[in-house]
Amino acid sequence: MTDLFNKFDPLIEQRRALLAGGVEDPFNLVMERVISPTVAVCNGRETILLGTYNYMGMTFDPDVIAAGKEALDDYGSGTTGSRVLNGTYAGHKACEEALKEFYGMDHAMVFSTGYQANLGIISTMAGKGDYIVLDIDSHASIWDGCKMGDAEVVPFKHNDIVAMEKRLKRIPEGAGKLVVLEGVYSMLGDIAPLKEMIRVAKENGAMVLVDEAHSMGFIGPNGRGVAEDQGCLEDVDFVIGTFSKSVGTVGGFCVSNHPKFEILRLVCRPYVFTASLPPSVVHTAATSIRKLMHGANKRAHLWENSKTLHKGLRDKGFTLGTDEPQSAIIAVIMPDLERGAAMWEALLKEGLYVNLARPPATPAGMTLLRCSLCAEHSADQVQTIIGMFERAGKAVGII
Amino acid sequence: MDRAATAEKIAELIEPFNKKGVAITEATTFAGDLEWDSLTVMDFVAAIEDDFDIIISMNQQAEIENYGQLIDAVTKLQG
Repeated sequence: MTDLFNKFDPLIEQRRALLAGGVEDPFNLVMERVISPTVAVCNGRETILLGTYNYMGMTFDPDVIAAGKEALDDYGSGTTGSRVLNGTYAGHKACEEALKEFYGMDHAMVFSTGYQANLGIISTMAGKGDYIVLDIDSHASIWDGCKMGDAEVVPFKHNDIVAMEKRLKRIPEGAGKLVVLEGVYSMLGDIAPLKEMIRVAKENGAMVLVDEAHSMGFIGPNGRGVAEDQGCLEDVDFVIGTFSKSVGTVGGFCVSNHPKFEILRLVCRPYVFTASLPPSVVHTAATSIRKLMHGANKRAHLWENSKTLHKGLRDKGFTLGTDEPQSAIIAVIMPDLERGAAMWEALLKEGLYVNLARPPATPAGMTLLRCSLCAEHSADQVQTIIGMFERAGKAVGII
Repeated sequence: MDRAATAEKIAELIEPFNKKGVAITEATTFAGDLEWDSLTVMDFVAAIEDDFDIIISMNQQAEIENYGQLIDAVTKLQG
């Protein structure tokens, strides 16, 4: 018998070597107690959270929590069913109404996770003989959606408008085309030149899907994302988003103005063959989305936090993923996995949690310490964070 | 372009990507012999696509493991 696990041996060995050096396991952290959107007790220490994507800090919003508690009492703990059978409750419709208003679009479809939203929409829309043209740095859920469908998949170099255009022009006449982009790329925290890219996509007869997971609630005058910020949201055919970042719970969605959009509810397998979100989740999400519409002050504070941390880390000598802060993600580039893991651990001991990101999730084989800021981080906390980075960076020998 | 001319052109294009100076035959594999990572593959595929003005989709790339298969595929894709 061939052990099917043999293929994982190189990864098992890499992990063993890393942990043998005495490093705390970066992928096995337990949040024992969560005090606020920005502070938790993990591995026995009170820790500032700087790697949660909880951009707008909605997880402890009193109105959001009240809505969830009420839904638990009124509708029970779960729906035990698919959206197309017994799993559509008032809360799911309320959530979709909130999304339609938030984006000013005609249709909204709620999925059980953001991953499933990309998986479902992409694999269903682009079929045999169609072409998907996508950025090489796309999220795993986009790649998996491509893999699950039958379309031809054509990647282009990250944010490279010319490379995208060349590929679009080579697609055979008459074939269906879907261009897949992201507003914010989550590894380096850089944004896409959506306005130009969408113009080129449209000129070449493609439909456009934009994943705004990391920009919702924060970027754009109404928090609708990078496309809104660049004035091209109306040219986007499908916006994909998630409830697990700014909205502060779990779930995914697609919004669109396409007149035939509703048919997707019957043909999209990751939508049909999954139990729907629990009532408490959709009620917290609907409440949170409505509050995010009026989040201008929080958005402004989050931008300040992002700018302060970016400048602070750069001044201390760290190498960052972008020259200017473009989102609420600041990626600190590590020289290699070993020192990245050591730095991650040193920060944890200082009382700071960030994400350790490494290949294959990262572009160009980089090891990153990815920081995601929250609108609830105080100005003092941001200064504390910069100090922690400085001490840890010196201890590990990175700065 | 026939197979021989295509092969000649590809030999030229692969040069800057063959950093280890591996002696390339039709049986040379990209992942195994040349030890290319996904980024190198993408840059090399882009160079081929741009030169021949073709698309080699990921679906097609999955079928191309060695150098000979690449020449066959590019010859065919030129139609």
